[in-house]
Amino acid sequence: MTLNRFLILLLPEITLTVVAFLVFILDLIIGGDEVRERRLQWFAFLGVLLALVATILIWPLAEAGGLPVAFDVGPGFGGDVVPMMTLDGLALFFKLITVLMLAIIILSAGEYVKVHTPFRGEFYAFVLLAGLSIMLASAATNLVMIYLSIEFLSITSYVLTGYLRDDVRSTEAAIKYFIYGAAASAVMLYGFSLLYGATGATGLVEIATALATGSVTLRWLVFPALVMVLAGLGFKIALVPFHQWSPDAYEGAPTPVTAFLSVGPKAAGFAVLIRFLIVALPAFQVNWSAMLAGVAILTMSLGNLIALWQTNVKRMLAYSSIAQAGYMLIGLAALAPLAESWTNGLNALLLYLFAYLFTNLGAFAVVIAVEDRTGSANLPDFSGLIRRSPFLAVSMLVFLLSLIGIPPTGGFMGKLFVFGAAVQRQMILLAVIGVLNSVISVYYYYKIMRPMLFERADDAEPIRVTPSMRLVVGFSLAMVLAIAIYAEPFIRLATESAQLLLAARF
Amino acid sequence: MIPLYWWLIVAAALFCIGLYAVLSRKNAIAVLMGIELMLNAVNLNLVAFWRYITPQALTGQVFAIFVITVAAAEAAVGLAIFISVYRMHGSINVEKLDTMRW
Repeated sequence: MTLNRFLILLLPEITLTVVAFLVFILDLIIGGDEVRERRLQWFAFLGVLLALVATILIWPLAEAGGLPVAFDVGPGFGGDVVPMMTLDGLALFFKLITVLMLAIIILSAGEYVKVHTPFRGEFYAFVLLAGLSIMLASAATNLVMIYLSIEFLSITSYVLTGYLRDDVRSTEAAIKYFIYGAAASAVMLYGFSLLYGATGATGLVEIATALATGSVTLRWLVFPALVMVLAGLGFKIALVPFHQWSPDAYEGAPTPVTAFLSVGPKAAGFAVLIRFLIVALPAFQVNWSAMLAGVAILTMSLGNLIALWQTNVKRMLAYSSIAQAGYMLIGLAALAPLAESWTNGLNALLLYLFAYLFTNLGAFAVVIAVEDRTGSANLPDFSGLIRRSPFLAVSMLVFLLSLIGIPPTGGFMGKLFVFGAAVQRQMILLAVIGVLNSVISVYYYYKIMRPMLFERADDAEPIRVTPSMRLVVGFSLAMVLAIAIYAEPFIRLATESAQLLLAARF
Repeated sequence: MIPLYWWLIVAAALFCIGLYAVLSRKNAIAVLMGIELMLNAVNLNLVAFWRYITPQALTGQVFAIFVITVAAAEAAVGLAIFISVYRMHGSINVEKLDTMRW
């Protein structure tokens, strides 16, 4: 592969990197000027749109089994070229998710960042870099690259969580996130080292080959390695029992960062988990399928049960997102790669994630809009929202219905596919517990709806919604409804992204 | 030559000591030191596996160097966070950080 082609394949990543560093530099030059600092937000947004265009441009280049992203260094350097990343349906799908997430977060953060921190430009640069790390993680095919990109994501997330240096909660959230995160990634890394020792390879495909050909002397190391890697990635996704950091980090972090934490690290964790399990360890599917099913049950149930008595909306949505990750995990646990039906587990997970992206980010955008006005995000702050801003209230209602999984919303489609996959694999218990959990979750989502729709506010003044916020909430709302009503293209997107990976490995 | 298992046992012991420090120490700096011990156990593992299993390819060594580099970056961000926590809370005792719970 020539250098030019190599650069084209990396176009979305390069765009994000360049824009992020330009934002850093421009922020140094124009720092302190409020009007011009506002333009940095639009500049960052423009960069994200460019990355979206780049992603669409390279879309047709993906091949079944993945196109290795590497170029010939020429004879002068010697040695073999080891491709660290791949371009396949899964990588492209997660690039798309990342870009959409960045666009929504950057647009909804403007007012919040202006009020809460003097370091405004850098914020957007960090968000862009965090997005870059998700793109890298979802394309990584080598343990070294997986570790580097996950750690890149972790470090930017720690910085973003503790972004409000003069806020008691933000700093506390950052230190908790940091200590849990650093320990979890060390455990994951120990698993990687065992896997390398057992197979003598760090590439995912090479690991699978070594395991399949039976030349592995230290095969007993693979199972502990699998458990440790699951712990590390489970931390990023916030699966029970590795979830303790997430409520504190979500509550303490600046709200736009909370929105990011509820989607970004989860997406990256799922991308790596999918690739790791399906590409490197198909031989151990019996082991990991059972393990994931158990973790999914724990995650859904605990997330929903603890969410029942939360009074802070950010914290409630934190537990809700733990539960949502549990539903998504069902898709991977019930993976049936050769199924000739509408759901094979993996496309269910991807569709669920796609709907969850818009639902959760939309809900957080409403929380940010309310918080900009009231200064906090407790349940009473939402009372009378239907009178103060009918647009925000109706949108929030749809987002909450989608989180419950009531048609016609995207969340319903996701749940339909995920539970369908479980039923198809005869994992009836898993599906039943999933449905029961959806029923339980109605109670706490209703706790947000009730003050919003039926209670009177002390402060009845209308909430002014900025144009960018209106755009974000409107777009998320449209997408949440579209995923259910015009479902076909979205299902095709998820299925094709999944199919390329599955076809090559099974 | 010393058998591979001896190296693995030393690395596993180091990892467990590090994990114990993370779980039991109250001072955040001591917790960070525990994390560094865990990462060094990984490095020991990687280099030992490289020497005994794939001495012809440098993968294990390169991986270890990456781990050392990233650990430095992580420690830098961690210490910066500790400083801002100390400024706001007056202590970096992780058990006293309980503004938010359940």
